[in-house]
Amino acid sequence: MIPASFDYVEAENADAAIAALTEHGDEAKLMAGGHSLIPLMKFRLTTPQVVVDIGRINDLSYINDGGDHIAIGALTRHMAVETSDVLKAQAPILAHVASHVGDPSVRHRGTLGGSLAHGDPASDLPAAILALNATLVAKGPNGQREISASDFFTGFLETALASDEMLTEIRVPKVPDAGWSYQKFNRRAQDWAIVGVAAVSNGSTNVAMVNMGHTPLRSAAVEAALAGGASAADAAAVAAEGLTPPEDLNGDAEYRSHLARVLVGRALGEAMS
Amino acid sequence: MTAVMGTPMKRKEDPKLLTGEGKFVDDIHVHGELWMGMVRSTMAHAKINAIDTAEAAGMPGVHSVFTGTQLQEMGLWAAPLPCAWPVTEDMLNPPHFPTASEVVHHVGDIVAVVLADSRYRAADAAEMVVVDYEPLPAVASIEDAIAGEKLAHAGLGTNKAFHWPLIPDPDALEAAFANATHVVKGEFVQQRLIPAAMEPRGVLAIPSPAGGDITLYTSTQVPHILKVMLAATTGISESKLRIIAPAVGGGFGAKLNVNPDESLAVTLANKLSRPVRWTETRSEAAFSTHQGRGQKQTMEIAADENGKILGVRAHIDADMGAYMMLITPGVPLLGSFLYTGVYDVPAFGFTCDGYFTNLTPTDAYRGAGRPEASYAIERVMDMLSYEVGVTPEEIRRRNYLAGGGEFENLEVASTLVFDSGNYSPNLDMALDMAKMAELRAEQQRRRDAGDKKQLGIGLCTYVEICGLAPSRALAGLNYGAGGWEAGTVRLLPTGKVEVVSGSTPHGQGHETAWSQIVADKLGIDPADITVLHSDTAISPLGMDTYGSRSLAVGGVAIAMACDKVIDKARLIAAHQLEANPDDLDFEAGRFGVKGSPDKGLLIQEIAFGAFTAHNLPDGMEPNLNEQMIFDPPNFAFPFGTHVAVVEVDEDTGETELIDYIAIDDCGNHVNPLIIEGQVHGGIVQGVAQALYEGAEYDAEGNCKNPSLMDYLVPSPTEVPNIQTGYTYTPSTSNPLGVKGVGEAGTIGSAAAVINAICDALRPHGITDMSMPATPMKVWKAINSADSTANNGGGQ
Repeated sequence: MIPASFDYVEAENADAAIAALTEHGDEAKLMAGGHSLIPLMKFRLTTPQVVVDIGRINDLSYINDGGDHIAIGALTRHMAVETSDVLKAQAPILAHVASHVGDPSVRHRGTLGGSLAHGDPASDLPAAILALNATLVAKGPNGQREISASDFFTGFLETALASDEMLTEIRVPKVPDAGWSYQKFNRRAQDWAIVGVAAVSNGSTNVAMVNMGHTPLRSAAVEAALAGGASAADAAAVAAEGLTPPEDLNGDAEYRSHLARVLVGRALGEAMS
Repeated sequence: MTAVMGTPMKRKEDPKLLTGEGKFVDDIHVHGELWMGMVRSTMAHAKINAIDTAEAAGMPGVHSVFTGTQLQEMGLWAAPLPCAWPVTEDMLNPPHFPTASEVVHHVGDIVAVVLADSRYRAADAAEMVVVDYEPLPAVASIEDAIAGEKLAHAGLGTNKAFHWPLIPDPDALEAAFANATHVVKGEFVQQRLIPAAMEPRGVLAIPSPAGGDITLYTSTQVPHILKVMLAATTGISESKLRIIAPAVGGGFGAKLNVNPDESLAVTLANKLSRPVRWTETRSEAAFSTHQGRGQKQTMEIAADENGKILGVRAHIDADMGAYMMLITPGVPLLGSFLYTGVYDVPAFGFTCDGYFTNLTPTDAYRGAGRPEASYAIERVMDMLSYEVGVTPEEIRRRNYLAGGGEFENLEVASTLVFDSGNYSPNLDMALDMAKMAELRAEQQRRRDAGDKKQLGIGLCTYVEICGLAPSRALAGLNYGAGGWEAGTVRLLPTGKVEVVSGSTPHGQGHETAWSQIVADKLGIDPADITVLHSDTAISPLGMDTYGSRSLAVGGVAIAMACDKVIDKARLIAAHQLEANPDDLDFEAGRFGVKGSPDKGLLIQEIAFGAFTAHNLPDGMEPNLNEQMIFDPPNFAFPFGTHVAVVEVDEDTGETELIDYIAIDDCGNHVNPLIIEGQVHGGIVQGVAQALYEGAEYDAEGNCKNPSLMDYLVPSPTEVPNIQTGYTYTPSTSNPLGVKGVGEAGTIGSAAAVINAICDALRPHGITDMSMPATPMKVWKAINSADSTANNGGGQ
């Protein structure tokens, strides 16, 4: 619980952060709210030589109307997402899912971009981002690019971000009339989901799951079943198909697969009603 | 002045703690201090071939690095760390020194110590110490230990440390089972629990260069016991050791020990003439602090056709862990006398086998033996109720001691004498408050409707042992100390009062409760009373705080010291008022002459007179300063009824505790607010064992969940509002009529919750559920029971 020594760099803006990443390469880690990185450092599971603190870049903390979407600065804290009237009206599932992250002190420190860039397969927010089919904006030394949410999570704690890129904005489609649901199953209020399921139904239905694989994921099997006209119950029955859920003290593969079916059933029931 | 005893006075301790002014060990710093960094074994059982400390020793800020062998050769210790409770004459107790030198016996055993000028540098250097281990077969569970194919301590030739029987009448016991209509058997596991006090343990040893005295600040429940034991095991004179327990953030038994780090800090500070400190990290605590429970129980009950108990037979296999700590072997025995519960049991037998494993040692944890006992008897009582076909409450009524009515000083089958009890009114109050009839109707409605959320109602009617302990009774158990407690009450010249407490608080609220006792006794405002404690230089005599003993022994000692003060003050008052002592009334802090309302003296005035000593009776010692050392004539036996109401989601296996009713009887109350807090906290700790917590180990003896991310200590959001109520049956074991309530909640709650889950799952034919009842476990039980039933196996 005592981190190894590291150098600390405070970045004043995104360009400074990207410059620091370019200089230090793989030895550097960006720190936003710190609520994912610092625990890993305390366990010495990660030992970055340089910590680049981007937590004070205030101009990346915003929730703006972007016309057909809502643009959210990557350093917007969970509490701001949770309490945003704009999001509650235009993408209510995101505000709701933000309220499920950790506990109030985590939500006052942690940021949307930090949570997504960490790429934890059990985190809540990727479920909403995937089900909303959001677009993520990354900035690097050669400018910025857009990444679709479904292409963003590439492996366990790995994302499509290059080592010299940082996430700057999350663009969420406006879906004021969509049906939606987030089903999080956990033991204690502040814990990660043992399994979590998000559904957004807006004509077609998107279903995303967390802690059912080595990344947060869209449920291809369920979505295909629904697209083919299956009932919610029949679609839920295939929720675990093709997946390799993680195993830990909270759940083995059999139990997680069962939970996925139950929670997808509940989520579809709520989102499609 | 109106009485303050029995009123919910707010705690004197809280403003300081709530505003961050409490000083814990880790808040105290001195110039020149060195941090210890422990190099801990990563293997459960291994031979140490070599340790390379060269790189660590050369790192910046590192003062020195010592291997276990080097520390042994330095002659720091006169004897191994102590076990004060060798439960049998032939108990095996392999030597346990603060550091291992040739063989490690559990993950976390200390193999080397780094001393550095900061905590970070100590941690960095400890990581660079290279240890060459040669793995030995690890006894990674009690099952491994019983099987005996692998040995936790190769030199012992066996894993069994002791066999302890308590069978008052073997023939009667055999006859009871032979003649029974119903015999019910339950096999239960009391999983290992990580205590996880809010403040981790820590030490700071400060040597004084001139005198050779050493002050040890440590997060302990037992400064007095620690002082004696450290003196005995380090060879440092007792009079040169001063132990201070500053603010201590919870203990729950886990700070009731003599730990390697405490001995290392004292001996290294002494050797190096430098202050030495250490604070355990949260994950380290799973290895550096003892764990609780760790038992396998076999419980059998024999009853006649009406469910009247004929006999109870219990056997425990207890996991000692790798070493005998201070009272490791005694913990299961503390429960042995309670396997008959609140019931009239004609024949009783208890046996316990203690086994070594290559796991973190076990020792006291909230309830220490009694939650295990109450769990076993209350689980089989529910099983018996189903077997006989009556409700859980009815089977209990049929078997209550004294028919459920009032009793005093009643000898029970386990040979103890229960001080007082009155069980039926307590049960009635709980059933009323729970609205049991409505709950049963709702349960039936959900069963009939095939509801996915089934309701379960669980009862636990517990009894426990507090007021530890009559010293002679401890002698009978081969415990290496007495059970008395000391208290001093001293009136200062200004009329204020100093109370010196031998028992040592770590969250219990002694300063408040003792003030209330003294305020009422002496008629002095509680604000004028200061309670001194937790420093062996200020309070040299004490037996400390554990086993819900403080009030029933230490609080009583203080009340009796007040009586001594009053007796002496009466003589002074009589002398100065020129009255006969018998003609004085003492009321609200004033001695008045009967029949002459104007003639009197306040106790503060007498205190000043006793201080100046200008006008005292011939031969009387000056000052009002009285000490009482109280050795109780008997234990105290609190009891109560807990009702847990759960909803089990059959789709996910999740158990939600939707209501909890606790009716406790701890005799007379000193501070109902403190009692309420103890009941709440205790219940949550039992609920934690029932639903959330358990240290899990792999086959090599590695703990799989040492961090609070994986070891699920429940938070307030997981606990329902608790409804409490009380009955009042005064103890006959002390003049205050008090019993103790620090562990009652834990003793009552685990069985209530598991009984409730089993009640909910009854339609599936499920009769038992092991702890913790995780959603996965419950779902798998339902799934497997249903598929068996569908295959015709349920017929």
